[in-house]
Amino acid sequence: MPPEPNASSARPEALQDAAGKQRRRSKPLIRSAGIRFALVYAVLFGLSAFILAFALWYSTVALLQREVELAVRNDASALNDHFTTGGLPSLVTAIHERLAANLDGGGIYLLLDPMGNHVIGNLDRWPAGLDEINTWYELPVSRQGVKSVALLRAFPLNGGGRLLVGRDDRARTELRDVLQYGLLWALGIMCALGLIGAALMRSLFRGVIRDISATTRGIALGDLTRRMNKSGENDEFDELADIINDMLERIARLMDGVRQVSNAIAHDLRTPITRARTRLEDASLHATTTEDLHSAIERAMLDLDSIVGVFEALLRIAEIEAGSRRAAFAPFDLTPLLHDVDELYRAVAEEDGLLLETAIATPLPILGDRELIQQAVANLIDNALKFSAPGTTIFFAGRMEDNLIELIVADHGPGIAEADRARATERFFRAESARTTSGSGLGLALVSAVAQLHGGALRLTDNHPGLRAIITLPGRE
Amino acid sequence: MRILVVEDDKEVAGFVVKGLREAGHTVEHADNGRDGLFLAASENFDAIILDRMLPGGIDGLRLLETLRAQDNITPVVFLSALGQVDDRVKGLKAGGDDYLTKPFAFAELLARVEALTRRGKSDGPTTRLLVGDLEMDLLSRGVKRGGQKIDLQPREFRLLEYLMRHVGQVVTRTMLLEGVWDYHFDPQTNVIDVHVSRLRQKIDKPFELPLLHTVRNAGYMLRAEEV
Repeated sequence: MPPEPNASSARPEALQDAAGKQRRRSKPLIRSAGIRFALVYAVLFGLSAFILAFALWYSTVALLQREVELAVRNDASALNDHFTTGGLPSLVTAIHERLAANLDGGGIYLLLDPMGNHVIGNLDRWPAGLDEINTWYELPVSRQGVKSVALLRAFPLNGGGRLLVGRDDRARTELRDVLQYGLLWALGIMCALGLIGAALMRSLFRGVIRDISATTRGIALGDLTRRMNKSGENDEFDELADIINDMLERIARLMDGVRQVSNAIAHDLRTPITRARTRLEDASLHATTTEDLHSAIERAMLDLDSIVGVFEALLRIAEIEAGSRRAAFAPFDLTPLLHDVDELYRAVAEEDGLLLETAIATPLPILGDRELIQQAVANLIDNALKFSAPGTTIFFAGRMEDNLIELIVADHGPGIAEADRARATERFFRAESARTTSGSGLGLALVSAVAQLHGGALRLTDNHPGLRAIITLPGRE
Repeated sequence: MRILVVEDDKEVAGFVVKGLREAGHTVEHADNGRDGLFLAASENFDAIILDRMLPGGIDGLRLLETLRAQDNITPVVFLSALGQVDDRVKGLKAGGDDYLTKPFAFAELLARVEALTRRGKSDGPTTRLLVGDLEMDLLSRGVKRGGQKIDLQPREFRLLEYLMRHVGQVVTRTMLLEGVWDYHFDPQTNVIDVHVSRLRQKIDKPFELPLLHTVRNAGYMLRAEEV
């Protein structure tokens, strides 16, 4: 007893499962692009092959028929000649000769007198259905008990007799059958081959797509290290894989940037925010005079301003890195811009007891964003001024060689240790030696972003001692 | 001066209105674009302080474009949290006279609004500027104080010209950076202070009465008489 309910309850499940499986399996078959392509290909291929074969078959059969018809006509006209020259006896003799010589049994003759009586011929009787004179018929005939199909034509004889001349059509019918048979087979094989081709194409297609979809799905799930595999054949799929990999590379870099920035915000903005908050709380708890209160509020406002400054710098870098500023690029000469920056900072340098040594070539034609380059150069000089000891020299130059513009700011300050130089352009990076000076750690990040926006780069090298910052930018021809 | 403030944030609007009244101005306030446009179009103002993002279907840009289409040339200062370069360019293209990004210092806003209204009045083809006994000839590009010739570098000349055109008004460091050097970002070092102090050496040092004053927490002011 117990197995029964088990079996009955299990069956519908199994059925459902099977049905579900089938549905699941048939769905991708219909929706598979590979199958679709392969089927379209197979249908087109089959259709054209069929048309070709059919044309071949049709013309062969038609040619054969025309030849038979011609032979029958010639035969009939020869017999008619006999009849007109020698009368009925001559015709009978001629037919007799033909019947005797007709070893393969291909020729068919039947002569009837005006009464409709059998005179001579290898047909037992007039074929049923042959009513019209001078018309082609393809009819089953019976000769000495042997049944076959024949191409027949009846001719009238002077005096009322009728002559039937024909050719056994068996050979032609057989040929047609063979051809038809062959064609059907070929069609079947074509269908089978088409299906196999479709399956092959589908698996090929899926093999490629599977890699792409597996990789992108992995990335969608958060694994940004996944990359497309390449077949190494340098085909279209490799090209696609290259493009996708480049895209992933860029996404990964951007994601990295975002992560870096959010970490930095967490660390570097918390500090001034905490400071501002502490000042305000301290003042609200402990300030005894309005003067204390005022000074605490003012200092907290300065802290907030510096936080805003950091935000603005961050947003600006993000705006630059997004590349949208490229739309506003215009051609201009860098030389006056550099002279302006030089003039603006020369006074500060002199005030600080520094020597600003300038060498600016002319002209320095470039295609770019004037404001951003101005800010980048100003940032470098700002840095140099900040880190230089009184009495030292800052070298500031702009020059062009082989259509490459170099903007150099070199100081004799503490410089950046070689190990740190690569990271110096990261947001919020501050070398140990710079910890005590003011600044947000965003200056060089902005310079680097500006250089990259213009298709150039920022290089940091040793100035023995000090830092030599070089912005290279492509010049405008 | 009569100033219209179009700003939907109550806190900011209240602060700005209070500050402007304390500075001696008459202030009207609208907290949405529709009312703002109605006030701006139907009444006469010396300046409009305009937020970009406003409720009421009409944002700051639309408001200003509509106003300018009616040949209304009231000076407009944008006060907006949209601080990208493109936003700034859009605001100025729509007919704005100045663009200030939030958060802002009130002193900066006040200085800019007052500078704008003054500019609107005296934008004639002046050839000579005069402040006390300091005179500037814009044609020969000569500067004299008390009849005594003062030699200035080209940039110092432009700095002084800017200050003289805004005589009696507070001029902030960023205004000088933008107006004299065409810099639209904040340098970290005190470049402006250095240049102003050099100018001061030349025009004030040898004379008894100082003309160029430092305004605490705001900027500088050129004026002839003691206040």
